Amino acid sequence: MIKHLLSVNDLSREDVVRILDTAESFREVGTRVIKKVPALRGRTVVNLFYENSTRTRISFELAAKRLSADVINFTTSGSSVAKGESLKDTALTLQAMGADAIVIRHSSSGSPMTLTKWVHASVLNAGDGTHEHPTQALLDMYTMRERFGRIEGLTVAIVGDVLHSRVARSLTFGLSKMGADVTLVGPPTLIPPDAGAWGTTVSHELDPVLPKAEVCYMLRVQRERQRQQFFPSIREYARLYGLTGERVSTLPEGAMIMHPGPMNRGVEIASEVADLPQSVITEQVTNGIAVRMSLLYLMLGGTQDV
Amino acid sequence: MDEAEIRRATIRIAHEIIERNKGASGVALVGIAARGDDLARRLAAELLRIEGADVPVGALDITFYRDDIGLRSEAPEVHETRIDFDVTGKTVVLVDDVLFTGRTIRSALDALVDFGRPQAVQLAVLVDRGHRELPIRADYVGKNVPTRADEQVRVAIREVDGEDAVYVGAPTASAPHAVGGTS
Repeated sequence: MIKHLLSVNDLSREDVVRILDTAESFREVGTRVIKKVPALRGRTVVNLFYENSTRTRISFELAAKRLSADVINFTTSGSSVAKGESLKDTALTLQAMGADAIVIRHSSSGSPMTLTKWVHASVLNAGDGTHEHPTQALLDMYTMRERFGRIEGLTVAIVGDVLHSRVARSLTFGLSKMGADVTLVGPPTLIPPDAGAWGTTVSHELDPVLPKAEVCYMLRVQRERQRQQFFPSIREYARLYGLTGERVSTLPEGAMIMHPGPMNRGVEIASEVADLPQSVITEQVTNGIAVRMSLLYLMLGGTQDV
Repeated sequence: MDEAEIRRATIRIAHEIIERNKGASGVALVGIAARGDDLARRLAAELLRIEGADVPVGALDITFYRDDIGLRSEAPEVHETRIDFDVTGKTVVLVDDVLFTGRTIRSALDALVDFGRPQAVQLAVLVDRGHRELPIRADYVGKNVPTRADEQVRVAIREVDGEDAVYVGAPTASAPHAVGGTS
């Protein structure tokens, strides 16, 4: 198994299958009265979060705790970072304290990669800028495989702000690797210019894509990353690219609606759609713990000196 | 051991379980994956035939409870765990193919108590090859097979390997000078 997880592209097809298969076992652990196993006793996992996060941080924290690892949560507010400490010095401090794995989220793309040059610990990318969010892609693929029994040949529409979305990048790379048929949907301003090279189809209209989409994956409009005007108004965006109840009725039978969270209800997804039985947004969260347990177990369960 | 011997041993163990527990009520079988779970299902079929008792059967994977995680280069492969009954108050018979160092059974005991508090835990194995490293013994043994510590004992089960047999062989070529425990 790999030492660091920086990008979905670090993983072979076999790695992905092994991670998802092992996650099945951890789903079972999550149904027990005692949801904890001693697999990573004595290991230390540090959550190093330079950006706000609820589900990813808590998910990693729960995953590590259910493996009996010790967990340290490090957020920038209230820490030495607020006093101006550099990423390098923070990393060396964590190393000196004996961290076995560092889970990092940072607003700068590539910072997890930089971190690997300074520390011996395994580095897991929990989202870096607009680059990648590999664990989200893995839990999404797990959720798809659980429902459809396969990823190969699955028709997936990824809709919205693809340009700023690290989730979209990781998920597209992962799905393409596993042989799914991906269509990126969004206004021309929010589709990366090089998206054609990702091996996917691109559409600037949502309605023609829906009747074939077995999975409809809605992305969050990331207003905090948009430094200029990418579309005229939120209302217009919602009208053209929002998943409304009317649009859901054009999806094929058995289609699944996904969203990585946090949702802007009424923007990319209508509030009543988010609460439909077809939408598996809370299942994605549950699966996230199992997939992260699987990753931590596979990455830390062997000898460290690889 | 060949297919007939394995069958006879299974039937005898089923009888012994009934004798020892004065029937099969309150008994549950939990097999240790892989192969122990298949043996547990066979024992359950015998208990049904002999005593008319339909005992619950589960499968237990002990990977997450091993004492050598981090000592191996790769994290060990994981099998399925499926115990869809309450073990609390039951007499749980753990079933495994080979009893060797006893470390697997120690892990299994730890795993089992995470599912509840059995009234009692007993151990049934197809082969006891000796060389214990922990104070653990089996309650039901198919066959005692004296071995050297560096020999390989391999149990083949029809459900997994396509045949029923027990092989004792020289150390594998990959570890010709291995001494001490290998599993």
